[in-house]
Amino acid sequence: MEIPSVVGAGLAVIGAGIGIGMIGGKAMEAIARQPEAYGKIQTAMLIAAALIEGIGFAAIFAG
Amino acid sequence: MEKLVNDFSFGLFFWQIILFVLLLLLLRKFAWKPILNAVNDREEGIKDALAAAENAKKEMQNVTADSEKLLKEARAEREALLKEAREIKDKMISDSKEQAKVEGDKMIKQAQAAIESEKKAAVADIKNQVAELSVDIAEKIIKEQLSNKDKQLKLVDDMLGDIKLN
Amino acid sequence: MRKPFLLKFLLAAILLFGNSSFANEKEVEKGKDKKTEIKEFIEHHLQDSHYFNFYGTTDEHGKVHHVGLPLPVILWDNGLKVFSSSKFHHGEEVAEVDGNHYVLYHSKIYKTDAEGTISYDGEHHPTNVRPLDFSITKSVVMMIVTGLLLLWLFSSLAKSYAKNNSIPTGMGRFFEPIVLYIRDDIAIANIGEKKYKRYMPFLLTVFFFIWFLNMFGLTPLGVNVTGNIAVTTALALLVFIITNLTGTKDYWKHVFDPLGDGMPWYGKIIIYIILVPIEILGLFIKPFALLIRLYANMTAGHVVLMSLVGLIFIFKSWVGGPLSFGLSFAISLIEVLVALLQAYIFTMLAALYFGFASEEHDPGHEFDDDAELAH
Repeated sequence: MEIPSVVGAGLAVIGAGIGIGMIGGKAMEAIARQPEAYGKIQTAMLIAAALIEGIGFAAIFAG
Repeated sequence: MEKLVNDFSFGLFFWQIILFVLLLLLLRKFAWKPILNAVNDREEGIKDALAAAENAKKEMQNVTADSEKLLKEARAEREALLKEAREIKDKMISDSKEQAKVEGDKMIKQAQAAIESEKKAAVADIKNQVAELSVDIAEKIIKEQLSNKDKQLKLVDDMLGDIKLN
Repeated sequence: MRKPFLLKFLLAAILLFGNSSFANEKEVEKGKDKKTEIKEFIEHHLQDSHYFNFYGTTDEHGKVHHVGLPLPVILWDNGLKVFSSSKFHHGEEVAEVDGNHYVLYHSKIYKTDAEGTISYDGEHHPTNVRPLDFSITKSVVMMIVTGLLLLWLFSSLAKSYAKNNSIPTGMGRFFEPIVLYIRDDIAIANIGEKKYKRYMPFLLTVFFFIWFLNMFGLTPLGVNVTGNIAVTTALALLVFIITNLTGTKDYWKHVFDPLGDGMPWYGKIIIYIILVPIEILGLFIKPFALLIRLYANMTAGHVVLMSLVGLIFIFKSWVGGPLSFGLSFAISLIEVLVALLQAYIFTMLAALYFGFASEEHDPGHEFDDDAELAH
């Protein structure tokens, strides 16, 4: 049986989602630990999330 | 992916590049440069103003310190002047006292000398008068005593007797 | 002050979407299944259009009257062809220019014959010739409008600075912190104090351009400019060009000689066979990710929003309507955030790439190297 490519895209999106979730969670922990570094952590978090998101979108369009 | 390539419209891409570069150039010239410069100038201005305020504060402190110093100096000077004046006064008083004393002494001395010389003169005068008086008295006595021969002889005898005693 | 206005604005946006466009579409294609109908409408919306449609009305004969502006069509087909898009009558008629016939099919112009026949391949894609289309489409109009708006807004802001002794007034109080944020937290943080000035105009322009277009996409006009792959490609291409044109010696050294002097040349060859192609590929992947991210985010936002609005017409009940309204309202609010966030991320990553390109080892360090060479 052939697995449709959409399934692969979905799996990739799940991966990206978990990744972004982990980044967000870790960023929260980091902010809780060092509230004074809030700005820097947020920026780094957004960049990392954006990069992972890019992979997710690439998978969607490939799928 | 195929859908993406299919959706790609070259005309839109072309217009986007043209319009965006045009917008970029126009905004750079008419908006971003003036805005960034103005913001920069303002920040510099604030920085300068803060520095100036700091300077002014320092200067103010300097001025206060200076004036305090001046005040202190003036006070010291006044003190010194007063002290000097007091010294001068004291000196003047003591000087005049001394002078007065010297003068007084001198005057006393002069007076004493005058008194002395007067006294001497008076004594000499008295002596002279006494001598004259004595001579006169002696003359008179002698005249009287030598009026007769006896008496003259007696006197001579007395005299001679005195001499013998001497 | 700003918030209630924004809410009202969004409310109006959602209501207008629902009232005008969907209603008409529904009347026209009665026979079709609702789901496919909505899907087609969303697809149509996501595409660029040769006609600036405000709204449409249906008269008693079931005929649709579109109210909007026909836009100029500019084609390159063995010579420049310029005509008004009103000739297509919204894809219902064949336009004839200088003996050539063109037809509008799914918002794209194809060359055809007098009857407007379109031949399809196996996957139902037209095989007709597509002339190069330089038309002033809806997206181009929106870009021009946004450009003029930005130009007016920020040049008047600049003038007010000159007038008011560098103190922002009115709109300036809203936009100045954003400009300063881009300068301090995006440009200076990623590029560095020394070189950021060169990139500032591009970063500011790209940020406001994307942000404004994203926001326009949420208005009832519903123009999906930044959700168009050609637009994001153009922006990413500019980032790519600027990055590589301003690349320093150290940047190129990092690409072609990433290990530097840390390894003898015969050791490097084996590694570089793999490493250098990856680095070179990275040069292209970076802007590609940039263009895909913006395109996909904006498209996804529009699809979700319109699907939720479309639920009203599928449920057609007292439960479905408010539910759909609530959901699309919430998503609209998120989309406002996304509009800003995507502009921010695009600018941020562009600044990051510029930072890579303009990085230089500190001169003191180089001096040490030179001294070592001299020995």
